[in-house]
Amino acid sequence: MDQPKALPTNYVTQPDKIATSKGKTVRTEEMIINMGPQHPSTHGVLRLEIIVDGEIIVDAIPHIGYLHRCFEKHAEHMTNYQQVIPYADRMDYVASMNNDWAFALAIERMMKIEVPERVEYIRVIMAELQRIASHLVALGTYGIDAGAFTPFLYCFRDREEILDLFEMTCGARLLYNYIWVGGVSHDLPQGFIEQAKEFCTYFKPKIKEFNDLLTYNEIFIKRTAHVGVLPRDVAINYACSGPMLRGSGVHWDLRRDDPYSVYHKFEWEVQTGKGEVGTVGDCWDRHIVRVREMEQSVKIIEQALASIPEGNVQSAIPKRIRPEPGDIYVRTETPRGELGFYVISDGSGSFYRVKARGPAFVNLSVLPEISRGAMIADLTLIVGSVDIVLGEVDR
Amino acid sequence: MELLQHIGLEQNLLTIVLVSALPLVFILLYALVTLYLEMKVSAHIQDRLAYMRTGWHGVLQPFADILKLLQKEDTVPAAADRFLFKLAPFVVFAGTYAGFAAIPFSSAYIGSNINLGVFFIIAASSLVVIGILMGGWASNNKWSIFGAIRSAAQMVSYEIPTALAILIAVMITGSLNLQEVTQYQSGGIQNWVVFGGSLPLTQKLLILPFTLLTFFILFIASIAEVNRTPFDLPEAESELVQGFNTEYSGMRFAMFYLAEYANMFLVSAVAVSLFLGGWSSPFGEALSGPLWDLFWFVAKGMFLVFVQIWIRWTLPRLRVDQLMYTSWKVLTPFLFLCVFAVGLILVL
Amino acid sequence: MDPVRTYFRNIWLALSSIAIGMRITMKHLFVPSVTVQYPDVKLKLPERARNRLYVNIDDCIGCDQCSMACPVDCITIETIKSTPDQDLGVTSTGHKKRLHVPKFDIDIAKCCYCGLCVYPCPTECIVMTDVYEFSEFDRNNLIYNFSVMTPAEVETARVKAKKAEEEAAAKKAAAAAAPKPAPPASPPPVPPTEPT
Repeated sequence: MDQPKALPTNYVTQPDKIATSKGKTVRTEEMIINMGPQHPSTHGVLRLEIIVDGEIIVDAIPHIGYLHRCFEKHAEHMTNYQQVIPYADRMDYVASMNNDWAFALAIERMMKIEVPERVEYIRVIMAELQRIASHLVALGTYGIDAGAFTPFLYCFRDREEILDLFEMTCGARLLYNYIWVGGVSHDLPQGFIEQAKEFCTYFKPKIKEFNDLLTYNEIFIKRTAHVGVLPRDVAINYACSGPMLRGSGVHWDLRRDDPYSVYHKFEWEVQTGKGEVGTVGDCWDRHIVRVREMEQSVKIIEQALASIPEGNVQSAIPKRIRPEPGDIYVRTETPRGELGFYVISDGSGSFYRVKARGPAFVNLSVLPEISRGAMIADLTLIVGSVDIVLGEVDR
Repeated sequence: MELLQHIGLEQNLLTIVLVSALPLVFILLYALVTLYLEMKVSAHIQDRLAYMRTGWHGVLQPFADILKLLQKEDTVPAAADRFLFKLAPFVVFAGTYAGFAAIPFSSAYIGSNINLGVFFIIAASSLVVIGILMGGWASNNKWSIFGAIRSAAQMVSYEIPTALAILIAVMITGSLNLQEVTQYQSGGIQNWVVFGGSLPLTQKLLILPFTLLTFFILFIASIAEVNRTPFDLPEAESELVQGFNTEYSGMRFAMFYLAEYANMFLVSAVAVSLFLGGWSSPFGEALSGPLWDLFWFVAKGMFLVFVQIWIRWTLPRLRVDQLMYTSWKVLTPFLFLCVFAVGLILVL
Repeated sequence: MDPVRTYFRNIWLALSSIAIGMRITMKHLFVPSVTVQYPDVKLKLPERARNRLYVNIDDCIGCDQCSMACPVDCITIETIKSTPDQDLGVTSTGHKKRLHVPKFDIDIAKCCYCGLCVYPCPTECIVMTDVYEFSEFDRNNLIYNFSVMTPAEVETARVKAKKAEEEAAAKKAAAAAAPKPAPPASPPPVPPTEPT
């Protein structure tokens, strides 16, 4: 194992020499520990090779690929574009809707399809519901990383309500295959709008309760504030996106800054970390950004539900998906950040090449940078605050 | 051996062994109940139901769990220090069980009525640290050794506040024998040490804030001593997988588990005996007698155990340095203040 | 901030936030739980639930579109052409059935429940049902055979189809051997061997 080149500034003890009281020097060795691939808080099959000096981390090296399923190669081998959507579902399986949407958007932009207004509204509602569901998973498991079990169950209880809405609409609870090129697979079922409105009113007090129980708990704050600080410039240099980037105080949200769909019609704000209890860009900031994004999503959903137009949701679905030869890069804001698809078409019925730019994969790359000098207990919290989904990291 | 005299039995080897095994029976019964209680309380706190399918509301589940653990293969890692690995759980349990010897369960039953009762309990429960360190070291697992070392550091530093808090109760009651401490507090809820003991009224009012604070700190420190959330760093699930008992399975794992639960009751029992009137009834002479005494003692102890469970399912976990901070920079200074104040008031 | 004030403020914050948290958990202790005791109580699935596939083989015309739409290739269909003497009837949607379907297998273990096979079916004979309890101890039991044809029937159909094919080939060869200029030929004379 190579030694890390430069020790971080906040790393105190000298790894090789520690003087004892009798004037002798004793060599202390660093220990290499494998955290994962089977470890409760690596959120899947991530393997972290950590080099520790006592409890202090000298370096953490993520090893990925345990869940590699050749998404890109598979997509090239499918007989048509439609068949890739179930695979796109399975990339970030916690936020399938957003994945589908990014994929469908790429093909739509290539084929220059105008999507009906109603479809755009439905997609916004679904994507925002999915954002809440995904953040609930992230926040709940983050509580477990910190040792608090109960918020996790509350989060999953509320997530069930969202999954019920999805199941009602498209029949599946996790992997939807709902957003298609040019439309959606089903129109909203009867009673959906009422039930979704009910959910919004039910959910708002739950966010407050969650905050009281976990976010503003002093122990939790002490555990996460000033921990895993990701400075603004580092975040930008590593191409972080999503709550990871916004937690560092960068105002960047693709829904606003590279607008797609009808997000410009709604009133909502981009949330950023402000370092309220610690440093800007610490774990707590990333946590609170997620919590506040859920509030914003509820706001968007309520507005969309109130103003959803009538229309046929399948009118723009093309009979045959056969884009002109060419390439395109389309990016959207998923709960984890910028999900982009780079697509090259050769004019046939399936991809010539597709490349997915996953937010979790890119965000994970900054992990060694922000975990040096932290303690093992902090590392689980740092990994949790990155909010990785291994399905998408490994693809 | 008051119990023997009480029921008029002759003192011989058999009866002595039987009587000293009584706490073991109690611990086993209590462990089953608490296992069930913990699962149910945690589930209902989390809007779940916990087990419902083994018997009425799953009451038989603890038995099923124990049976499962009994049947399981007793694995020892290939590179482990076999002797220490196998010994460790018993050392841990022995340390805890020894502590029960000086606990007065009722006016008629105390395992060993020694003068240095509390002192003995502190000393005996220190054995637990050795057992945990042994288990963690012998497992030859990096996570286990982390857990074991954390545990040692934690238990050693939290024994200071525990001992100081006990000292305050001893200062008020004037005895280290828990039976005498309890008798001192008999005569109703107003005589409990937590409410100032049976001192004259002015002294009592002066001492009240300090005894309340001391009891509170003793409770916090005792949670840390039994390694439960928010101080469960030795077995921090999300960090160290299971800490010192990662490599254990089957009956040896159950032994650790049993020791943890028994320890929960032990620290609660010490707190109850010292501060909450032990087995004495809160209504003075009413509802007292050997059996009622047992009831009051167990009820008070179980209440504290319940609070421990409740805390566990509410709070996140501290980090190692914060744990030390809490012990050395918060609890200990406050207890020094209490010791000083209580001493001063008692002299007055 | 003044370190002494910070010290006491921290203690106060810790205690108060712990108290708030404990109040919340205590409140939840008395809230009815949300657990559905699954095998005893089952939730009603919505109408659109996508679970096990079912094929109404009576309506299947063997067009193979579902199999082509499937992204994981879990549907295997074999067909045999029917001869004019066999009337296979019409489907409930009014399509005429022209093919025997001796094999319609779905390997449900491979199925990813995306529902893509359901949409192209012209006769709506392949549907996703709300059955979700179908685990098996042997993986082979998860290959569902939907075809109802008995081996004997398959054999007959195959023989007939083969015969018809041979005849057609023979006819073609005859047509090829015949003088060329007669492409829009009138219906060829019915061979006497063919039963009516």
